[in-house]
Amino acid sequence: MNGATRGSVAIVGVAESDLGTVAAGLSATDLMAQATRRALDDCGLALEDIDAVFAATSQARMASLSFCEYLGLAPRIQDATNVGGSSFMFHLAHAHAALEAKMCDVALIAYGSTQRSVGRQNLSTPEFNPYESPFRPVLPVTGYALAASRHMAEFGTTREQLAEVAVAARRWALMHPAAFERQPLTIAEVLASRMVSDPLTVRDCCLVTDGGGAVILTRADRARSLAKRPAFVLGTGATSTHMQISAMPNLTVTGAKRSGELAFAMAKLAVSDIDVAELYDAFTINTILFLEDLGFCPKGEGGRFVQDGAIAPGGALPVNTNGGGLSYCHPGMYGIFLLIEATRQIRGECGARQIKGCEVALAHGNGGVLSSQATIVLGSEATL
Amino acid sequence: MDEIAQSPLARYREHLERGELAYQFDRATGKAVFYPRVIAPKSGSPDLEWRVSAGIGTVYATTVNHPRDAASYNIALIDLDEGFRMMSRVEAMEPTAVKIGMRVKLRVKREGEGAAEPLPVFVPVEASR
Repeated sequence: MNGATRGSVAIVGVAESDLGTVAAGLSATDLMAQATRRALDDCGLALEDIDAVFAATSQARMASLSFCEYLGLAPRIQDATNVGGSSFMFHLAHAHAALEAKMCDVALIAYGSTQRSVGRQNLSTPEFNPYESPFRPVLPVTGYALAASRHMAEFGTTREQLAEVAVAARRWALMHPAAFERQPLTIAEVLASRMVSDPLTVRDCCLVTDGGGAVILTRADRARSLAKRPAFVLGTGATSTHMQISAMPNLTVTGAKRSGELAFAMAKLAVSDIDVAELYDAFTINTILFLEDLGFCPKGEGGRFVQDGAIAPGGALPVNTNGGGLSYCHPGMYGIFLLIEATRQIRGECGARQIKGCEVALAHGNGGVLSSQATIVLGSEATL
Repeated sequence: MDEIAQSPLARYREHLERGELAYQFDRATGKAVFYPRVIAPKSGSPDLEWRVSAGIGTVYATTVNHPRDAASYNIALIDLDEGFRMMSRVEAMEPTAVKIGMRVKLRVKREGEGAAEPLPVFVPVEASR
């Protein structure tokens, strides 16, 4: 089975919309459009160049339709795949195939959410599940808490180790001008904060912010003629293992194992080649699970791996250099921001938090309750 | 009536009304199936046999939700001895004292005003004797 070709397409434009708490009355689609305008300016392409539109949000039932209408576009390709926060990695893999097959020339991926402004309770209500809902799980946090409980029982992972993930994210966020959280955080503060769903406190949980993002891709030849250094798509892998947490085959092994294997095989790279890892940290347990499943450490060792600032600035492995969903921005479906940060690291645009000599960046998306998993490996021209 | 045309959820609830936890057994693969479906996962077989669980299982994962304005409560994933897993709650003990690996037994109860639908919860095996 042949997939898309390593390096045949590249990310050429990236941008965030306004983040945090956006101006009153802005819609999710407005934020997609803000980010799109900025991403077009980032690469020097025009709106009329776009002939493929990929979009997802929890605030539009047919996100690509509403966004195409808004933009006045009737693209040859559109795709509103929604598998939660990793949707944008799925979009990227689909865009890669469509671009390589010359079904389109310029692909736009967009996201927007005003969940902080409108209140999470005013978003679409979770589907009633007759086998779970009667027990009143608070989703998604209950699902991640169950996974954390299992990881602690099987491998001796501690709450302090979980807290290390939050503290590392905060230290990175302090170097990101657009980050939501601006104050230092300690392990003791994480442990002492309000318990939400054992063993996860509010500081083990992602932020609730507004925000949007846009990513523009084109084939490699054209990418080289545009404004910024291209971030070539070296590998993609996507999979799912379940929808509801009670149907997850093994709570300590996620689909990231499979998606990572697929992405590394396509990229012809190993985990040791990764200069920076952007891992979907909706909850502190996520980072630990993905470090293990992607192969940065053996299964069960994630808690010990993150100790003593190992993923914080100056640590052994730079992880979530934007401050992550825990401290930078989390509007509900965070995946697109991982692609944006990975691209900027490869370009060398990250200022104080820039990883020196960053040639290969990994962005790993997660959706649902550890349900959908997608891994993207991006590289500079030197990696081709 | 063709089995595939019946609602698996309706059948499941009929059993719960009688105080029974029902699951399905896929004759093609020899594996338990839960939640109940019209065809089996992976095999695609419509040949699903309904069985009643003995109601004994082991806590696979556990958490306690702490609402700001209400009492804390347990949520657990239970591995039933017949080979299927379900979400439930362990009761008759402190919610934070529920431990992974603990043996538990089914108790079908009705909650709330007007005796709503029966709910399959679990209690420690020791407490049920």
